[in-house]
Amino acid sequence: MLDLVWLIPAFPLVGFLTLICLGKSVREPIAGWLATTAMAGSFLSVLLVFIGMLLEKNENRQSVFTLFDWIPVGDFKVDIGFLADPLSITMCLFITGVGTLIHLYSIGYMHGDSDFNRFFTYLNLFAFSMLILVLGDNLLLTFLGWEGVGACSYLLISFWFRDPANATAGKKAFITNRVGDWGFMVAMFLIFFNFGSLQYLEIFEILESNQIAKTTTTFIVLMLFVGAMGKSAQFPLYLWLPDAMAGPTPVSALIHAATMVTSGVYLLIRVNPIMAEASTWSTGLIAWIGVGTALFAASIAVAQTDIKKVLAYSTVSQLGYMVLAVGCGAYTAAIFHMITHAFFKALLFLGAGSVIHGMGGEQDLRRYGGLRSLMPITAGTFIIGWLAIAGVPPFSGFWSKDEILAFAWDKSPLLWFVGIVTALLTAFYMTRQVILTFFGEPRYLADADADADADADAVGDIKPHESPWTMTFPLVALAVLSVVGGLIQLPFSSSTKRLEHWLEPSTFHNETHLHLSGSTLWVLALLALVTVVLGVGIGLSTYLKEKIDRQIFEKPILSNAWNFDSAVSKFMGGPGSKVFTAVAKFDKEVIDGAVDGTGQIVKKTASILRRSQNGLVRTYALGVGIGAVGLLIWFLTRATL
Amino acid sequence: METVVFLISAAVILSGALGVIFSKNPVHSALFMVQTLFGVAVLFVLLEATFLAAIQVIVYAGAIVILFVFVITLLGVDRAEDLKVEPISGQRPLAVVLGASIFGIILTVLIVAVGGPTGEQVANTPIGDATDNTKILGEALFSTHVFSVELTALLLTVAVVGAVVLSTRPTKPLISTLDKQQNDNLEDELEEKGEE
Amino acid sequence: MSITTTWYLLLAAILFSIGTTGLLVRRNPLIMFMCIELMLNAVNITFVSIGSHLNDLGGQLAVFFVLVVAAAEVVIGLALVVAIMRRRSRTNADDLKILGG
Repeated sequence: MLDLVWLIPAFPLVGFLTLICLGKSVREPIAGWLATTAMAGSFLSVLLVFIGMLLEKNENRQSVFTLFDWIPVGDFKVDIGFLADPLSITMCLFITGVGTLIHLYSIGYMHGDSDFNRFFTYLNLFAFSMLILVLGDNLLLTFLGWEGVGACSYLLISFWFRDPANATAGKKAFITNRVGDWGFMVAMFLIFFNFGSLQYLEIFEILESNQIAKTTTTFIVLMLFVGAMGKSAQFPLYLWLPDAMAGPTPVSALIHAATMVTSGVYLLIRVNPIMAEASTWSTGLIAWIGVGTALFAASIAVAQTDIKKVLAYSTVSQLGYMVLAVGCGAYTAAIFHMITHAFFKALLFLGAGSVIHGMGGEQDLRRYGGLRSLMPITAGTFIIGWLAIAGVPPFSGFWSKDEILAFAWDKSPLLWFVGIVTALLTAFYMTRQVILTFFGEPRYLADADADADADADAVGDIKPHESPWTMTFPLVALAVLSVVGGLIQLPFSSSTKRLEHWLEPSTFHNETHLHLSGSTLWVLALLALVTVVLGVGIGLSTYLKEKIDRQIFEKPILSNAWNFDSAVSKFMGGPGSKVFTAVAKFDKEVIDGAVDGTGQIVKKTASILRRSQNGLVRTYALGVGIGAVGLLIWFLTRATL
Repeated sequence: METVVFLISAAVILSGALGVIFSKNPVHSALFMVQTLFGVAVLFVLLEATFLAAIQVIVYAGAIVILFVFVITLLGVDRAEDLKVEPISGQRPLAVVLGASIFGIILTVLIVAVGGPTGEQVANTPIGDATDNTKILGEALFSTHVFSVELTALLLTVAVVGAVVLSTRPTKPLISTLDKQQNDNLEDELEEKGEE
Repeated sequence: MSITTTWYLLLAAILFSIGTTGLLVRRNPLIMFMCIELMLNAVNITFVSIGSHLNDLGGQLAVFFVLVVAAAEVVIGLALVVAIMRRRSRTNADDLKILGG
């Protein structure tokens, strides 16, 4: 059943094409159900391929299915082919699974929107691109998917484009991604130049047999990491993710929590043989940037007031953890955290969307409060998500985060320390969010009385209600997964480390082996647990019991994200724009000038030569005569008389 | 004896040629041409190509030059062209150089060549004496080269038909009205220029 | 001194170059035509003299055909000249420069 792999991206592609052709001609929920069915079909195909793969032996689990030749140009040959191996199928499982749930959710969430059909068209296109990214057997196909998800991200972030702020957010996402794409492209050129091929398996073979210079592999890895930084929102290319919350919540859940942002991490794990050949300082750099971003984003999340922005910075922070894992060579841990994060972050985003939907569009945390009795399912699932992300055992987040921290300690205790501080902050801000939203006094009613004169919004008319089944069912499903998701990789013994064994064909034994004793692991786990309890405790006492002044934590510099974004804008607008203008001028004058200049030269030469065509018979006769004499002389000089 | 005849006919030929190119009046040029052609005919007789000499006089001097004179009178180009002005710059010096270089090349070949002109015999027929010339020529033409003769007949027919077609005035306009207008404008321009 | 073939060839050469120069210098189309005839005659002389030198009839045969073709050429050429120059008076070859670039 492994050869059904082509069905996986085919379903969303068909869905997309059908929806594009149908356009606005179908009425509301049909387009949504069509798209959801496409995704469900894709998920079923993944399941079939997965089962087929389970039935094979470990060594045979990696197979390539080539559809057709795409670019055969001399030495450069690229096919459309799919690499079905444990890594890609794992990614496909949670992409299509979570994707189907989010499609279902969107039917309820986007109800009543005038652009309902367009939304699902874009969602299916996104799913297709993401699956191509993950399943592609060569770098160019991955890049195709990479660009596709970037484009869909832009389309979906600026979905409500009639508000210019949304359009700007979309543009920002696209452009920041582009900077990362440059890195990816440079890496691709280098790889082709040094390895002669862009196909993963061929590259790995060549890497095994030949000696590629360490500087080359290091540079390639760094360039690929630049690409990953753009997609996976690491510092400094994280700027687009918080702004991307301008898109509808299902978009934030699907793209900016579960799938697209993980593609950078996926890329790095996919090329792990190259990373193994790179120098250790580069992987160390990756680990440090990852953990630094995690801490940076967690500190900002503490002071955010928009429910979605908290989750956005939380995503950046958790992605930092994944990058940290990659930097430490813990590929299984990174994938594990990716999977659990997909579950609980999607759950949190969808829950936030449910809250926003129930509150009639209100997103400010300060206007929530006491919603748990009015939205029980949302509250319950959201709390499960909170416990998972905070790292409370036995929820899935605890196991994955702990694994990463263990590898971090092995690489450098300082890395572990930064990670543990981030975990503390994570527990704290998530607790803050949950309490402000679901517990305490209903602040939206109090505000209604106060602002009734000043603000003629529908604030006073908010009637928080539970969301329809299309929205709550995915929440419940994801909550279940967040609870049991940790079972796939329990660190107790080798037999419970199922994910690690499963991923072996893809990680090629490049995984770092943990040289820690069992007791060290227990101590680390205990310390992590203590941190979580501490974080939750501080959060509870600040926001629920109100014993600690919240102003200690909610500093303005944090809510302004360390002013990094405004600094970047100022730079780009000021000295940056001068550079851009100069570059544009160079392009226009020198490059265009050279091209136009060639044309001008041809024109001038032609106008000089044109004078010989004066239309006079005698001139032509003279020409004939001169030519004849010339020929005669030439023949005579050559002839022997 | 032969030398004298040759020298006289050479003089006749060359003076006629110079007269052709230097006369202002086209009719004078035509008459000088007749002079040249007669000289060439005498030269043919000297070389024992009697038939050709006769043909030269009859066809060339008798028909072709008459044709020229007819056209001159038909077109009324008996007025002199201004030989002092040369509108195309550099034409005259280059023309003289060209003519001189052609002569020079042939001279060089003749001087440098060892053993004189050589070549293969084409007709495989020795030339007889002067009285037999027509007979031998006729035999060769209509046996070995009969195909070429028929082709020349065809050529002449085509030439006649072509001449008739070219010189009839068209009864209905051959060109569309727009082109005709442009053509008329051009004609007016030329007429203006002609009268300047 | 006896007349060798070389003399004939030289005469033909001079006649040919006079014809060329005349063709390039004169503007009257009919006189240009006559210069072409001069060149053809020069070629005729060359043919006949070399045929006589080699004792080969081929020279005279060639002249025969040259004569025929020259006649046909003159017919067509003059017809063309008539067709072009009929409506204009006092024109010469330099006025036909519509095809100039």
